[in-house]
Amino acid sequence: MRHLSAALIVFLAACASAGARQTGSAAPAPTPAAAPAAQDTTEGPQYPSTYQRHANPPVLIRNAMILTATGQEITGGSILLRDGRIVAVGTTVEAPADAVVVDGTGKWVTPGVIDTHSHLGVYAAPGTQAESDGNEATNPVTAEVWAEHSFWPQDPQIPLAIAGGVTTIQALPGSANLIGGRSAVLKLVPARSVQEMKFPGARYGLKMACGENPKRVYGNRGGPSTRMGNMAGYRTAFIQAQAYRRRWDKWNKDHQGDPPERNLRNETLAEVLRGNIFVQNHCYRADEMVQMLDLGHEFGFKIRSFHHAVEAYKIADVLAREGTAVSIWADWWGFKEEAMDGIHENAALVQQAGGRPVIHSDSESGIQRLNQEAGKAMYYGRRAGIQITRDQAVRWFTANPAWVLGLDSLVGTLEPGKMADVVVWSADPLSVYARALQVYNDGWLVYDRNDPTHQPKTDFTLGREP
Amino acid sequence: MIAFLLAQTIAITGGTVYPVSGPKVENATVLIRDGRIAAVGTNVAVPAGATRIDASGKWITPGLIDGAGQMGLREISAVNATNEAVLQGNDVAAAFNVLEGINPASTLIPVNRIEGVTTTLAVPGGRLIWGQAALIDLDGATIEAMRVKSPAAMVVDLSEGAKEAGGGSRAGVAQRLRRVFNDALEYSRRRTDYTRAQMQQLAASAADLEALLPVLRGQLPLLVVANRRSDIETALRIGREYKLRLILAGAAEGWMIPGEIAAAGVPVLVEPLDNIPSYDALGIRYENAALLTKGGVKVGLLETATENTRNLRQQAGNAVAYGMTWDQALRAVTLTPAEVFGVAESYGSIEPGKVANVVVWSGDPFEFSTGVEHVYIRGREIPLRSRQTDLLERYRSLPPKY
Repeated sequence: MRHLSAALIVFLAACASAGARQTGSAAPAPTPAAAPAAQDTTEGPQYPSTYQRHANPPVLIRNAMILTATGQEITGGSILLRDGRIVAVGTTVEAPADAVVVDGTGKWVTPGVIDTHSHLGVYAAPGTQAESDGNEATNPVTAEVWAEHSFWPQDPQIPLAIAGGVTTIQALPGSANLIGGRSAVLKLVPARSVQEMKFPGARYGLKMACGENPKRVYGNRGGPSTRMGNMAGYRTAFIQAQAYRRRWDKWNKDHQGDPPERNLRNETLAEVLRGNIFVQNHCYRADEMVQMLDLGHEFGFKIRSFHHAVEAYKIADVLAREGTAVSIWADWWGFKEEAMDGIHENAALVQQAGGRPVIHSDSESGIQRLNQEAGKAMYYGRRAGIQITRDQAVRWFTANPAWVLGLDSLVGTLEPGKMADVVVWSADPLSVYARALQVYNDGWLVYDRNDPTHQPKTDFTLGREP
Repeated sequence: MIAFLLAQTIAITGGTVYPVSGPKVENATVLIRDGRIAAVGTNVAVPAGATRIDASGKWITPGLIDGAGQMGLREISAVNATNEAVLQGNDVAAAFNVLEGINPASTLIPVNRIEGVTTTLAVPGGRLIWGQAALIDLDGATIEAMRVKSPAAMVVDLSEGAKEAGGGSRAGVAQRLRRVFNDALEYSRRRTDYTRAQMQQLAASAADLEALLPVLRGQLPLLVVANRRSDIETALRIGREYKLRLILAGAAEGWMIPGEIAAAGVPVLVEPLDNIPSYDALGIRYENAALLTKGGVKVGLLETATENTRNLRQQAGNAVAYGMTWDQALRAVTLTPAEVFGVAESYGSIEPGKVANVVVWSGDPFEFSTGVEHVYIRGREIPLRSRQTDLLERYRSLPPKY
């Protein structure tokens, strides 16, 4: 890194609004507009996405129950996918001559599943120390590390998640550190490099962690060893980042003298302060979430989503007021002290208060059935008298996680113009019996349960299958 | 008071009963008296004074039985002070019976029983021989009141997890286990020599060897954790050599050899949603339970996360999604585990004379849309209340109700 010249940094800064590059695509569909780009950043498209949409004939899925995640459900509906986009959704959609027609009778269709909290690729199977790349547990603040630099595209867990209908993930560093590093927002497609998976134009997230984990990991290694130590750690880091940001913003404005020296840690945190990187905050307890919201107030950043947040329901009003989403499980609880107060109705209560619940996995197993977990959370809410609609529950694993990743203008609903990330289910996806039959990612049939030629395997699996 | 409770008679009327031991019966009555099922059917006279429960439109099944987990032995897995499941420092903990480690006041018990799980196996953890598992009902103020059968099985690990206890090799694990078994047999033949200290050093303590004798006599089942095909075959081989009553648990690659397992007459306990490959089981897959069943193996289903034992019904639903029939899946969480642990004469089905562990569901028990309406354990109606329902009531509208 140190050999990067100042001149190059200037060049990269100039490119900051370019978003992702589409290089040499054989099927040059227009990439949907990138997420709003940075203004005063020191960064350009470093380690750019080389993602390319996979060519696929147009597809018309006909006569299905379509759950659009926009508030609309279409019985006997059709949806047309072409060149990676959703072209039309409705009851009468004409099939172009070259379209593959899929009979959706008795089937259900939703947007592709999005997981805001995955460790696929960074804690890859088969789970040996050799693949344990998720926690840079050498310092409580490692804002300088990027999950994409750990991500292994040959993780055999990836095809399992695809078979569960997942089309986009946020791969996060682990929660050992107060500040664990940058997330990678990825299209879940077979690839040789993480660059081929990077969601074009997606922002980075910053993984932060509250509570037990950092103090357990560092308690005997120089601290923090307490929750107050945790808070002091975040504050110290952001104070340094404020000064760094001031130096760079000044230099970017007047270009006087040598540019300030780059510091990877502060570079990431400065991007948080500028609002260009979203904070994704592992935090279980209600009281700690309130502390973290205050931390955001002190330094002028928003926490985009709390993650795990088993006590979100205790402060559902506060979360709604702050506009902070919660990425939560349907029913995990009890495995540690700070997870003791988890209840089934968490998502429903957050929804009821006007907040934004997301069902996330944090699990290579759970990511395969986020639809089931959303179903569980919806029905428990209803039994407690909280009127959650099916559309709301579908949004918990589609539109709401798209918002958490800043991609809600591109994915997460079934609307014309959106990326053709679509799942065909065997039944109501909120049923325990539903299985993903077909998964389209950017219009590409990346998985078909009934067609072995559309069931990608990673290199790891080759020659190891019985 | 006790006499009154014992004399309590409950009639659950109008629902569809899935007795498991036979076909479903619509518009049936289940009569519970003195903690037992007194009668089931469409022509059951309800005695005067019985508590009537209208179950019209409801589904009635036996209470679910989970042959896994550490209910009562583990309150918070990350807090050692609340864990009782592992006897530290003994690879061959055969004499270790978990029963007295069980905490009847565990908050996990109400959380899980109000979701329809009424009986669980409390399983020790460990290295090679983990110890003796106990079968418990999820109701009762004392261990005695909860106990169904103890020991219900001796637990042994033949998976990757046992390798350290075998000197780092699977071969070492199998050989060490045989040494322990051989020494237990030798010890039982030469107790006098042992007391006179005329025997060479044995492979385990006298107490641990003694505890293995019921296993070696075929009286107590040996529950073997094994996932890789070759480990399953090692378990079957050792079972043949010592004429053991085996139960396989995990058995991730069991689907490759259902014929071998069925021929050995060994039942298998499977966690349906376990499909993450590791070097212990690269062939792990969702279809395991269904393929074993189709191959003639007796299969019970597990949910191994103790705090979420309640998700046993989700495991069963997914077993159906991946190829079991619904009837097979229901049996695999009720009567089959009762048979596997040797308590089928009184557990696992809704039949006259059996212990009244009964659940009334609003619909298909495996579906998320279904809720639990009533739970009976030994004939006692369980209040549908737990620490989690208390939290819900406190926070369902804000500010909270302190």
